[in-house]
Amino acid sequence: MIPVAFDYLRPASVDEAVAALADGGEDAKVLAGGQSLIPVLRLRLSAPSLLVDLGGVAQLRGVREEGDALSIGAMTTHDEVASSPLVRRHAPLLAAMAATIGDRQVRHRGTLGGSLSHADPAADMPAAAAALEARYVLAGPSGRRVVSAADFAVDLFTTALADDEVLVEIQVPKMDGWGSHYEKFHRMVQAWAIVGVAAMVRRTDGVIESARVTLTNMGPTALRATAVEQALAGCAADRAAIEEACSVAAEGTSPIDDLTASAEYRRHLARVLAGRAVAAAAGV
Amino acid sequence: MSSTAKITVTVDGDQYIDTVEARTLLVHYLRETIGKVGTVIGCDTSNCGSCTVLMSTADEPARSVKSCSVLAVQADGATVTTVEGLAAPDGSLHPVQRAFHEMHGLQCGYCTPGMIMSAIDLLRENPDPTDEEIRDGLSGNLCRCTGYQNIVRAVRAAAGEEVAP
Amino acid sequence: MTATDEREVGAARRRKEDARLITGRTRWTDNLTVPGLLHMAILRSPFASARIVSVDTSAALSRPNVVAAFSGADVADVQGSLPCAWPVTEDIVHPDRPPLAVDVIRHHGEAVAVVVARDRASAMDALEAIEVDYEPLTPVLDLEEALAEGSTLVHPDKGTNLSYTWVFDSAAAGTGADVGAVDAEVVLERRYVQQRLIPAFMEPRSVIVDPGAGDYTIWSSTQIPHILRVFYALLTGTPEHKIRVIAPDVGGGFGGKLHVTPEELITFMAARRIGRPVKYTETRSETMLAGHHGRDMIQDVRLTARRDGTVTGISVKLIANMGAYLGLVGPGTPILGAFMYNGIYKFAAYRFECTGVFTNTTLTDPYRGAGRPEATYLIERVMDELAVELGLDPIEVRRRNWIKKEEFPFTTVAGLVYDSGDYDAATDKALALLGYDELRKEQELRRASGDPVQLGIGTSTYTEMCGLAPSRILGALRYAAGGWETASVRVLPTGKVEVVTGVSPHGQGHETAWSQIVADELGVAFDDVEVLHGDTRTSHKGLDTYGSRSLAVGGIALVEACRKVRDKARTVAAHMLECSPDDLEFTGGAFRVRGTPDAAKTVADAAFAVFAAHDLPDGIEPTLDADATFDPETFSFPHGTHLCAVEVDTQTGHVAIRKYVAVDDVGKVINPTIVEGQVHGGVAQGIAQALHEEAVYDESGTLVTGSFVEYTPPAAADLPDIVTDRTETPATTHPLGVKGVGEAGTIASTPAVVNAIVDALRPYGVRDVPMPCTPERVWRAIRAVGTETEGGRS
Repeated sequence: MIPVAFDYLRPASVDEAVAALADGGEDAKVLAGGQSLIPVLRLRLSAPSLLVDLGGVAQLRGVREEGDALSIGAMTTHDEVASSPLVRRHAPLLAAMAATIGDRQVRHRGTLGGSLSHADPAADMPAAAAALEARYVLAGPSGRRVVSAADFAVDLFTTALADDEVLVEIQVPKMDGWGSHYEKFHRMVQAWAIVGVAAMVRRTDGVIESARVTLTNMGPTALRATAVEQALAGCAADRAAIEEACSVAAEGTSPIDDLTASAEYRRHLARVLAGRAVAAAAGV
Repeated sequence: MSSTAKITVTVDGDQYIDTVEARTLLVHYLRETIGKVGTVIGCDTSNCGSCTVLMSTADEPARSVKSCSVLAVQADGATVTTVEGLAAPDGSLHPVQRAFHEMHGLQCGYCTPGMIMSAIDLLRENPDPTDEEIRDGLSGNLCRCTGYQNIVRAVRAAAGEEVAP
Repeated sequence: MTATDEREVGAARRRKEDARLITGRTRWTDNLTVPGLLHMAILRSPFASARIVSVDTSAALSRPNVVAAFSGADVADVQGSLPCAWPVTEDIVHPDRPPLAVDVIRHHGEAVAVVVARDRASAMDALEAIEVDYEPLTPVLDLEEALAEGSTLVHPDKGTNLSYTWVFDSAAAGTGADVGAVDAEVVLERRYVQQRLIPAFMEPRSVIVDPGAGDYTIWSSTQIPHILRVFYALLTGTPEHKIRVIAPDVGGGFGGKLHVTPEELITFMAARRIGRPVKYTETRSETMLAGHHGRDMIQDVRLTARRDGTVTGISVKLIANMGAYLGLVGPGTPILGAFMYNGIYKFAAYRFECTGVFTNTTLTDPYRGAGRPEATYLIERVMDELAVELGLDPIEVRRRNWIKKEEFPFTTVAGLVYDSGDYDAATDKALALLGYDELRKEQELRRASGDPVQLGIGTSTYTEMCGLAPSRILGALRYAAGGWETASVRVLPTGKVEVVTGVSPHGQGHETAWSQIVADELGVAFDDVEVLHGDTRTSHKGLDTYGSRSLAVGGIALVEACRKVRDKARTVAAHMLECSPDDLEFTGGAFRVRGTPDAAKTVADAAFAVFAAHDLPDGIEPTLDADATFDPETFSFPHGTHLCAVEVDTQTGHVAIRKYVAVDDVGKVINPTIVEGQVHGGVAQGIAQALHEEAVYDESGTLVTGSFVEYTPPAAADLPDIVTDRTETPATTHPLGVKGVGEAGTIASTPAVVNAIVDALRPYGVRDVPMPCTPERVWRAIRAVGTETEGGRS
């Protein structure tokens, strides 16, 4: 298929992009890596009047160290995130999760900011950002604002971004000293996660001091499994105790029933995978 | 702001300057505007990888992309290598092409251009992959004929050779 | 074989075809263009069942670059009905199948109207301007509901959703006993479901019709250029000699391009109306929706046996989903399996009954194996069930029932004569390659320790009928055409050889294998042979490629044509050497005088002498070429043993294939590399049926697996390494000894995988997992049994 005709703009700066979006109205769309958007356009499931391509904004690309955090440009590709020495050192969970996205070709084009802004409930990056408690820098006509990962994700394919705002940067706190692991369960290697569980654990000797557990595809947005996190705090770092703590992983979730899996099965998987993810993150 | 744009793209060593519709996919540009029909289309959801080419810009190396999921306008200024640009001017085959032939890594051949380009990209990053790494690295390319076994063999065989595109 | 040296046959030659395929210099139909070419796009129904109230194409016509737009109503009086060449019973219900729907929609994706434009994008844009007023109706989707009294009808004018019932009974046929009259110490009744599959060849279908000046040239991505030409003539009223069909490079088929498609006819109508060449290339979404599907059957089996494990009889009832219409050979597809439900075994009694049913779904037609995978799945699954019932090893229960090597030729309870085979040899080899005994020990340990990851081993000892097909048998089965195949061999003046074959390869490597055969038969170099195919102007007769027939039928024709050429060359060579033809032996690529081997003439020498024609023996025409057509006496019967070991994560239901072993006996092998490749690909598709693929309609009849996102052919990392080996028991019914290999892997592998999964889960009481065995289904199978009451066994 061939997309419906549209106008195209490739601004050189964030300000130009924001201005173009403001002029373009609600039928304008941002084109980041295009790995979700272009197939949708091809199938004519969406027909924007204007595409504003961020590919020409050089400053949106790359990973920088800024004190206790990493600053990742929104147009940094999944491949660049996965292979960045800074990310691998300070936020290995994000690198590991980026490496599971789609396939090589998709990772070469697809971007962190694009994935987060698209807000597909089955996408991996939102759960990574949630686990890392990342902060998002949004640019709009009236300047920049910073929102938390939790506030950014509003609903299915819906974020805190206004029509004339662009996600420009993701700030990821350094998580040195934490163990982490992502359990992604999918039917086919190329497919979206049926369920994914990201876990980060800080342990002292045989005890889990603190843990963060987030879930992919268990609701309209990536979810924080707070019940599990509470149960894990102070929990012995052994398999039985972890599995017991993770038995509440499906609490507060609202997974969908679809062709790929039933909600019931997804809840079951969340429990099993949470146990595995936490155990791996804890080095058990 | 316009629904058409003038682009300059280098494909398989030759520079092309064309005015294209913004909606033109890179694969359609390659096939229909400049006649590079060696790159083919197998799906409309970016799953099959038949249209895989290598693409690079001034500030980054050549990487595999699915040319059905890139707009031709996004390739403005880029350098693209297709399966048609691999063999040497004297016709001698690229090592990965040769390996696919030697190892019977193709049957109907429809997925082959994309598969070869993905294999080259994989070997660029990982010159000595294990079988498992090869299978993972080719997960963006579907083949219906070979069961992939001889494709894996071909990539393994090519891994011993110089594979720069 | 005569005294020919076999230098090429059996050699692992690299393929001739590859040169263009690996460099991108390929002639796919969509790569081709002709002067003045226009592009067509098709508007398809979003409904599974609807009345078309009106179609208005006028707005589309006024869109930029649009040349024509028309709907089914506009061509209703000229478009005719698409063919079904296999009406399996005399009273089969066979509804019309218009290429473009006129007033009723009977499946999601049915073609409604078209736009022809100067470019593809304009054609697609203008589709959106076509206005269709549909009155949606309730679709019939479930097979058993479709058969029930009072069901909504897909074709109300026919008064029924039942197309046909076809029965084979060994008592009636005189090939065995009555299934009701044999020992039945053990009775097993099971139901298996063959899910609907989509062939999913990688090259979407494409067709160009150039109307010339009434002499049509048609390029199509098809497996069957010859059959297509005949039907173009019959359906369009165009004289057959004014139609040239070309299948250029074709990117896979697997049965999916064994069709005379609506799109081929619609493109023809468009080109004829406009008087200019028109191309139509489908999108993948259209392939999924409107290209034919495969399988989709409910199978009920009743197996009777003695307690010693001897199976006495098998009775099979099929309900086969035809879809909304009858496909080209759709009704016959399950019948191709009818002779295979007894597998490799010696059963006393057999009954088979197949009911073909209409539903509001895309029609079904052949998909790799076509009837035989379904048969093999059933018998190999139920043999495992019998093993469990009797507490026997699954290999042992098979051994007690299969035909022994010394019993060939063996007439089966289905009436076929299996000419040769050695099931013990193939099985023993497979067991050794798998490490069967060690894995059984590991399985015991895992069961004993309650390991959450359980190990299972699955067996499939299959045979299949290849070499479709003896024309007299096809006639008896009411198929409209024959099953012969043809070849022409011509030696050019310089000794190079052109071969014209009536088969139509699309990935199988015939150019290579045929060259190997000719090289040996005529003593010429492999590279000196050119194989021509797929163009009805050069290859005017033939019955194309499907059903593992190309080598097993077309290869024999080729050998016979070569031998005619060689006989003539011998006469010429004898004349040149001034001896009697009887004094010559053909060895080392030349005719040599016995006892004086230096006195020799090659086929090339004879070819030049014939070309010059200065001094030919009396009665010899100055050409060195020959045709041969071969109609097989019987089928060929490759067989083999496939073993699969899986690890099942009982917590998630995830299945990982740990080891897969395929030992196949395809008779004599022309090119072992090509044979191995065919097995790899076949096994992959069979595994995909077991684990990955299913075409699904929702309750409104919408195909919800309409792309590779939802319909999931496996990628490299989804499949295991496959260990292959062979035994070689030549076919005895023809001079080449080959048996066919194109479908073997697909036929064998599906039950091996599912048997392995069920074997892993036996301790949990699981005795079936419906296909595809997705993680959720495996998990549910474990849970369901855990909560079920005892005595559920039937």
